[in-house]
Amino acid sequence: MFTVKNLSCERDDRVLFSQLHFTVQAGEILQIEGQNGSGKTSLLRILCGLSSSFEGNISWRGQDTQAHHAAYCQQLLYVGHHAGVKAALTAEENLRWMQTLQPLLNKGSLTDALRQVGLMGYEDVPCYTLSAGQQRRVSLARLYLSSHPLWILDEPFTALDKKGVVEKEQLIVRHVRNGGGCILTTHHDFDLPDVTIRRLNLDQLSAA
Amino acid sequence: MNFFTAIVRRDLVLALRNRNEVVNPLAFFMIVIALFPLAVSPETAVLSKIAPGIIWVAALLATLLSLDGLFKSDFDDGSLEQILVSPQSLALLAIGKVLSHWLMSGFLLALLSPLLAIMLFLPSQAVGALVGSLLLGTPTLSLIGAIGAALTVGLRKGGVLISLLVLPLYIPVLIFGAGAVQAGVMGMPIAGYLALLGAMMVFSLMFAPFAIAAALKLSIRN
Repeated sequence: MFTVKNLSCERDDRVLFSQLHFTVQAGEILQIEGQNGSGKTSLLRILCGLSSSFEGNISWRGQDTQAHHAAYCQQLLYVGHHAGVKAALTAEENLRWMQTLQPLLNKGSLTDALRQVGLMGYEDVPCYTLSAGQQRRVSLARLYLSSHPLWILDEPFTALDKKGVVEKEQLIVRHVRNGGGCILTTHHDFDLPDVTIRRLNLDQLSAA
Repeated sequence: MNFFTAIVRRDLVLALRNRNEVVNPLAFFMIVIALFPLAVSPETAVLSKIAPGIIWVAALLATLLSLDGLFKSDFDDGSLEQILVSPQSLALLAIGKVLSHWLMSGFLLALLSPLLAIMLFLPSQAVGALVGSLLLGTPTLSLIGAIGAALTVGLRKGGVLISLLVLPLYIPVLIFGAGAVQAGVMGMPIAGYLALLGAMMVFSLMFAPFAIAAALKLSIRN
């Protein structure tokens, strides 16, 4: 459902990757690996349409993502490096804002999502009083609300504790089993039964 | 429309929680004006003559001061990225953000201005012209300034650059704004000045949102 052809990216006169081909089908996880600075975040930003310094074709369900940007964005949930959490707003206000932005964040209630990320009792305090991990949880709470078919997650497990990581893994597996696709970068080794995980290593690509 | 009210509400809530961002430009406005009687002359005749210009220049600089942070925090914490990958319209976002910015800057400046007019011995028949011209002129300042703020949001030190980009475009507003107050002082009709200020506001309201949206895209996708 997601196809990338001939993707090349060059930044500051340095080739990050070139001639990249891959597809992500419904029910698959694509894990992008690579050293720091190998271009993982740049690749994800390109896939989301947040960067235009690339050459090649990216298509979603047969349609070019640049030409049909609005339709593509409707289907896409992106959680980036920056959490997208406003420090002066409370967890609940942040989630409500995300819901306004993304019409597909409509599954279940906010309180449920906050309970599932373990932020019950913190919903009314401004986010700057929360720890880094808790802020990450606020940002990830939207995964529980999401009915987007495609998730693009940049290092979703940073700052999370072990229990949090396991819960998010299960969430991603549930999403994929329900026919969604997921592209993520992480240094974390997935060991999940009966889920197709493809791996794309940006280091090997540049070495080859 | 739902999205639009949500932006305005969110930005107003944020402004009320970071009060110093709202109070700083207002304090700047009042302090600058309060310095003139000390530095120039405390005489009624002198002050009342230069009052329209001083108040308008101070309002313009105060608006400029408040613009730097318009998109900064949204850029830094990733909120702008999220808006760009959402199906919502960036131009609508721009209008919403500018509206709440204006309510917290230009609108409050206009409300404060009668007080400062008294301080500078501005004849009372010109106070209406002062408030009216500020109410009609400052939205244009916010709209044009937001283009500059959007263009420089990705730069680490964009503050000075905004002034350089935006100040030349502020000059017509300044001329007609201060001109309206001068005309008010002399007891001449001000309708023509206000109509021109209104026309500039409508014109910038039509085009600035798209320019802001394009500038934001450029800043994020660099």
